[in-house]
Amino acid sequence: MPSNDRSFTLTVGPVLTYWPRRTLVQFYAQVAESAAGTVVLGEVVCSRRHEMKPDDWLALARDLSSAGKEVVLATQALLESEADLRALRRIAAQGEFLVEAGDASALHVLVQAGVPHVLGPHINVYSHAALQEHARLGAVRWVAPVELPLASLARVNPPGGPITTEAWAFGRLPLSFSARCFTARHHRLAKDQCDFRCLEDPDGLLLSTDDGQPFLALNGIQTLSAGQQCLIRERAALQAAGVSRLRLSPVSQGFGDVVASFDRVMNQGADAEDALAALRALALPGGLVDGYAHQRPGLEWSAA
Amino acid sequence: MQNTPLPRDRAFRKPELVCPAGSLRALQLAVDAGADAVYLGLRNATNARNFAGLNFTDAQVREGVAYAHARGRQVLMALNTFVRADEPEPWYRAVDSAVALGADALIVADTAVMAHAVRHHPQLRLHLSVQASATTYEAIAFYREHYGIQRAVLPRVLTLSQVGHVLRHAEVDIEVFGFGSLCVMVEGRCALSSYATGQSPNNAGVCSPAGAVRWRDTAGGVEVRLNDVLIDRFAADEPRGYPTLCKGRFEVNGRRDYALEEPTSLNTLALLPELMRMGVSAIKIEGRQRSPAYVQQVTRVWRQAIDAAAAAPDRFSVQPAWTAALGLLAEGQQHTLGAYDRPWR
Repeated sequence: MPSNDRSFTLTVGPVLTYWPRRTLVQFYAQVAESAAGTVVLGEVVCSRRHEMKPDDWLALARDLSSAGKEVVLATQALLESEADLRALRRIAAQGEFLVEAGDASALHVLVQAGVPHVLGPHINVYSHAALQEHARLGAVRWVAPVELPLASLARVNPPGGPITTEAWAFGRLPLSFSARCFTARHHRLAKDQCDFRCLEDPDGLLLSTDDGQPFLALNGIQTLSAGQQCLIRERAALQAAGVSRLRLSPVSQGFGDVVASFDRVMNQGADAEDALAALRALALPGGLVDGYAHQRPGLEWSAA
Repeated sequence: MQNTPLPRDRAFRKPELVCPAGSLRALQLAVDAGADAVYLGLRNATNARNFAGLNFTDAQVREGVAYAHARGRQVLMALNTFVRADEPEPWYRAVDSAVALGADALIVADTAVMAHAVRHHPQLRLHLSVQASATTYEAIAFYREHYGIQRAVLPRVLTLSQVGHVLRHAEVDIEVFGFGSLCVMVEGRCALSSYATGQSPNNAGVCSPAGAVRWRDTAGGVEVRLNDVLIDRFAADEPRGYPTLCKGRFEVNGRRDYALEEPTSLNTLALLPELMRMGVSAIKIEGRQRSPAYVQQVTRVWRQAIDAAAAAPDRFSVQPAWTAALGLLAEGQQHTLGAYDRPWR
C-alpha cells in the first residue's frame, strides 16, 4: 500500500512513567525506526523528574525530526509553581516544533503567542461548541478525553473539518492527577524527598483490589488504569468517528511489537484478531480494556 | 513571550461566605445562619452534584432567589459540568434559566457554556468553577481574557503559598475551599469514577454514583463494590463510609491500605486570618449533597469565625466549640488542612 494512502497516522505518546535516560534514548532510537509518524516528547507528569533536561528533549526532538518523524513537545498536565510556568513558557517559545497543551495555562501562553497547538487529552473538550472555541484560538489537532466514547467523537469534531482527531488507541489510561505523590506515599516518603522511587516502576506501581483484581497503576502524582486500553479491533468505528490519528502510549516491554501490530491492522489490512492474539501473547501488565470506546466503564473488555 | 506579570498586593478583606444548598430548605437555613451567598444547581446533569432527590426546579430557584435577595444575599448557580456532545441543549437552557430566574452569577467550567453566556447574556457574572482545574494565574487569565470570568475557585491541590502566588498575579477575585469533603485529585480532570462505573463528574456530574454501589455481608466482613470493583471491606465493628473510589482500601506491593486518600474532611478554620491577609474574596463550603441541618450548622460556625477573624485577625484563634461542632459533622470524624498544609506533601 503506498504511503500516501495510509488511513491512520500513528502517534507515540509521551512516556508517562519515569525511565532512566539511557532507557529513554534506546527507546526513542527504536521509535525512530518504527512505523510511527508522530512522536510526542516531554515530561508531562512531574516537574521533579530530571533524567532529561529541557535541552536534552530538544536535541532528541531534532534527532527524531531528522529521522523523518513529526515531533510534538508536550507541556506538563498539572502546573502549580512559577518554575512550572517558566518551563511552559520555554516550550511555547521554542518555535521549532508543534506544542501539545496539557492545561489551560498552556492554552493561554500559546494563544497569546499566536502559536498553533494540539489540544492534549486533559483539556476538557466534550462538545462541538467547545472544540469550535479552541479552533478559533488556534488549535489544529484534538486528542480526545479518554472517557469519551467513539460514537461521540464525530459529534464533537465532524470529519472534514480543520481539526484532526486523535484517539487513545493503546496503553494505560491517564485517569487523574493530584497534588499528592502516591508513589512517595506508598514508600512512606515526603513528596519533595521522594528519592525518585518511581524509577523502580517502568509501567507504574500496580494497585489491586482486596480480592486481587488489578485496578489502577500509581505513577507519582498521576493515576493510570491498570488495564491497557487497546482499540486494535475498532478500525471501522475509528474511521466512522473521523479519527485519523492513533495515540499509542509507551510501555516498557514490547512496544515495538505494539506499533508494528497497529500499523499492520490499521494501515495494511492485516487481521485484527490475529494481531490481538499476538498482543495478548506479549503479556503486557494489566491486561486489555476497551470499555470507554463503547460508552461502558473503561475497565471492561468488550466481547468479540 | 510575556514574562511574569508584576505582582500586585491585595488588600486585607473580609471574605464572602459561600454555602451549599441541595434544596430550598438548605438555602433558607444557610441564609438565616449567615451565608453571604448560596450556590445551587438544577435537577439534571448540568451540575457536579447530580444526585437523586437533590437540587432545584426552576420554581424553587425563583423562590430561593427571592428569599436570598430579600435578605441582601446572593444566589450562584452551578453549571459546572461539560456540555454533552449528543445533547447540548440542557446546558444552554440552564444558562438562559439562570438569567431569567435572577441568579447573581453562574459557576462554569466548560468553554462551550462560557461562550454561550458571553454571546447571549453579556451582563451575566461568571465564576470559574473548580471543575475547570485552573491551578495557575495563566490558566485563570485564559478564561478571563476570552470569557470575562470575574472570579475563580481554586482547586484543592494548591499549598497556601501557591494560593498566595496565584492571588498576587491573578486579575480576578479568588475563592478557596474552606470546609467539606476533600477531593485528593484535581477536580475536573478525574476519570477514576468512569473507569469503574462509566459515570464521572465530567460526563455525568457524579462521582462513585450511588446506583453503582453494592453492599454485601460476607464471612470476611461487609464488602462494598462500585460496579464490580471491590472498594473496601469492613470488619463488623468498623465505621462504614460512603465508598468514594479514591477513599477505598487497596493493595499495593502486598500492603493493604488507603493507597490514595483516607476518608478525612478539609477544614481550614485555622488559616482564616492568613487567607484574609492574602486577599481571598470568598470561602466556599462544600456539600450540596448534605442535609439542611448540616449546612445550617457549618454555616453558623463559619459565620462566627469569619466575623471574629475580620474584627481582630491578630487575636484570632479557633474556638474549641467550633472545632467540636464541625468535628461531629466531618467525614471520618477527622480534619485535615489538605494541600494547604506543607506536611501533606
